[in-house]
Amino acid sequence: MNFRSFLIAAAWLAAASAANAQLSIEITGAGANRIPIAIPDFGGDQTIGHSVASVVRADLERSGLFRLVDAAGLPSGDAGLPPYADWKARGADALAGGRVAAAGARYDTRFRVYDVQKQAELGGQAYGHQASQTRLIGHRIADYIYEKLTGERGVFSTRIAYVVKTGTRYELQIADADGDNAQTALASREPIISPSWSPDGDKLAYVSFEAKKPVIYVHDLTSGRRHVVANFKGSNSAPAWSPDGRRLAVVLTKDGRSQLYLIGVDGRGAARLASSPGIDTEPRFSPDGRWIYFTSDRGGSPQIYRIASDGVGGTERLTFEGQYNVTPRPSPDGKSLAYISRPNGSFLLTVMDLATRQTQILTDSVKDESPSYAPNSRMILYATEIGGRGVLAAVSADGRVKQKLSVQAADVREPAWGSFAK
Amino acid sequence: MRRTAIALTTAVSVVLMLSACSSQPPAQEQSPAAVSDGTPAPTPAPVTAQGVDPYSLAALKDPNSAVYKRSVFFDYDQYVIKDEFRSLIEAHGMFLVKNPNIKMRIQGNADERGSREYNLALGQKRAEAMKNALMLQGATEAQVEAVSLGEEKPRCTESNESCWSQNRRGDMLYTGEF
Repeated sequence: MNFRSFLIAAAWLAAASAANAQLSIEITGAGANRIPIAIPDFGGDQTIGHSVASVVRADLERSGLFRLVDAAGLPSGDAGLPPYADWKARGADALAGGRVAAAGARYDTRFRVYDVQKQAELGGQAYGHQASQTRLIGHRIADYIYEKLTGERGVFSTRIAYVVKTGTRYELQIADADGDNAQTALASREPIISPSWSPDGDKLAYVSFEAKKPVIYVHDLTSGRRHVVANFKGSNSAPAWSPDGRRLAVVLTKDGRSQLYLIGVDGRGAARLASSPGIDTEPRFSPDGRWIYFTSDRGGSPQIYRIASDGVGGTERLTFEGQYNVTPRPSPDGKSLAYISRPNGSFLLTVMDLATRQTQILTDSVKDESPSYAPNSRMILYATEIGGRGVLAAVSADGRVKQKLSVQAADVREPAWGSFAK
Repeated sequence: MRRTAIALTTAVSVVLMLSACSSQPPAQEQSPAAVSDGTPAPTPAPVTAQGVDPYSLAALKDPNSAVYKRSVFFDYDQYVIKDEFRSLIEAHGMFLVKNPNIKMRIQGNADERGSREYNLALGQKRAEAMKNALMLQGATEAQVEAVSLGEEKPRCTESNESCWSQNRRGDMLYTGEF
């Protein structure tokens, strides 16, 4: 990281921690082969041009796949061809240049991405927007650049949900993927757990204890309205959306033990999905809707199983190493399964390749919980504990890139990464 | 001077920890009047020379009565009711039989280690085990609801075994107490 981008990053982090209950992100590990990229401040309107470029730089650097190259004093090519040789001499393999034109209260922001090695333009986009949308435009541009240079969709304009506990106050918050723009969807004196995004990204299902027992709600984030999905006798918990967004897999105890049911999002038609002599919990649909992964102690210790979502066929056990494997979360690309294992008394984030069934432990912490994949399957967000305090952390699926997200003087837990922006 | 300040801080934190870990049933915070909310409650019997009627609501508040205690504690990852809690369960089972209109909610709890949802299910199994034992005494399905608070409402918040053992617990609460 050069000095200038360090200053920008430092200023950004300071701004983030100044706001109350703001998530701040610290990069604690990066990929081995980062793409060196230069992103000078955009030309034209200097204020917006600096803001947009700062968001793009912070996003790309935080991904751990890019290294920022000093951009001071060189023309970016927003007017005419960029001086490729000069950028190459700076060590940049890629370059993004843009310009912001003000027209009254609206702005026109356009940019292009260049391959410096090949001396070729890779593409570009233009956006009409207001000043208040500057960060959003920055995230969109970062998504575009990320996809052009890595071949995968970016997740910078997605949102995350999590629960902040401050004393005896619980807040279900929604923030941009960079922790900025945090909003409280629900505040309560009783615990809130297990938030889960609807596939369309408009709603959250969660479990709230405000009735002094666990009850499942679905909360529409646009209208702020919510309704009870399951409040049967006993406990109601662990909601998981079907890929079509019409049903939830849930855990009910109305017939005795904690067992899996399917229920309509409107709370109608609860039907038993599986039956076991012990605990069945933590259901998750596979992205194709075919399977439901879950945790069960039917074999004597908590292990991960899957069952066909139509209930036809048997139950398949997936984990066999150790006495504690819980919280299965299939990746959005359907290739992997993230879960928590306890190999030596510590609870560790683990991934399984579903084709080969090979497993890999991704962390060296003590109390990992609640993994949640980014919609592009590259990063996994999870809860852990540092210094007795709950923080969120993210790690790339290959274990190389690591980030820590924390809120000052509060416990953060129960993260859920939302779907791609529409 | 500095040493004194540190010693004082330590003493204060020990007191705080002890009070946080005390095994006082949460039901003590409730007022007797609230118990009758929503449910026709038996008339509290007058206190006699022998003490309160063991099956009256007043017995729930009487430290000398068999139904004063409400908590059953469990071993790690277990939901078997230990022998030492059999008499407590029997007393509450009989109380429910003698007061067919009163309802009970059992809140199961788990210690903080591991998955929140799995711990919720563990707390549920503990609450269900207590409910089943009460029903063997004659309590009815309509009277008793078993729910779980999982690891979310710890009575004790230190990360050690003496604290965790306080949190592996089921609490029997009567109408108006939850």
